[in-house]
Amino acid sequence: MRYLTDRKRAVGKGASGTGTEHHWWMSASAVALAFMIPTWLYIVGTTLGADQRTVISTFSQPFVAILTALIAVIGMRHFAKGTEIWIEDYVHGTAGKALKIAMHSLAYVIMATTLYALGKMVFIGLLMGN
Amino acid sequence: MAEAKQVARPLSPHLQIYRPQMTSFSSIMTRITGNGIIVGVLLLVWWLLAAATSPDYFNFVNAIATSWFGDLVFTLSLLGLWYHYLAGIRHLIFDTGKYMDIKSAEMLGWISTIGSVVLTILTLIIIHL
Repeated sequence: MRYLTDRKRAVGKGASGTGTEHHWWMSASAVALAFMIPTWLYIVGTTLGADQRTVISTFSQPFVAILTALIAVIGMRHFAKGTEIWIEDYVHGTAGKALKIAMHSLAYVIMATTLYALGKMVFIGLLMGN
Repeated sequence: MAEAKQVARPLSPHLQIYRPQMTSFSSIMTRITGNGIIVGVLLLVWWLLAAATSPDYFNFVNAIATSWFGDLVFTLSLLGLWYHYLAGIRHLIFDTGKYMDIKSAEMLGWISTIGSVVLTILTLIIIHL
């Protein structure tokens, strides 16, 4: 015997199957990114073109390292979940599923690469005496 | 009841004869910019990885990142990012139920479009000071 009624199980789910979860997550992460992006753009923009030592010492600073890590994690999740929207519109069936998996994978690879590079630069920064 | 007959109906909307509107333009641009930024992100992350790897590798990637090609990719990504940023705020405003009428929606679309160009130029000026 099922304790949940059919209606109870359907409420809030809609055509997506997950209700408003996706939309809400995109909105929440958008707000987070909106607060972080301007400062981060300034840091990246002023560091781009500098020599390697300056790049490492900049990205090994606690504030810059934490901000960049947050941008990498939240930004790449926002990207991956965002691509689902156009994929659902233009690519259907197995191809659509495969493309979604590919986009999520790409986002995770970029996220992990950024965190690896940051971690390594923080260590080098410590050795350089930052 | 007559048998249901398959009629070859035209698909809507007909993009070729559809007059371009600010609301459809801003919707399409939000998608294109959101996805397009990944090109700039890839170049930037490659550059970060190179900085953490070795002097030789950094010099190689840094030369690409600071070349005319790198400048082009990063400038277009910056423009795309600011557009997506403003268009995202526009959607957060829509979510509150305000400015949903056509006139206001079109106005916010224009603000996003012109604002993204202004913010891109402003960013380029500030980071080069």
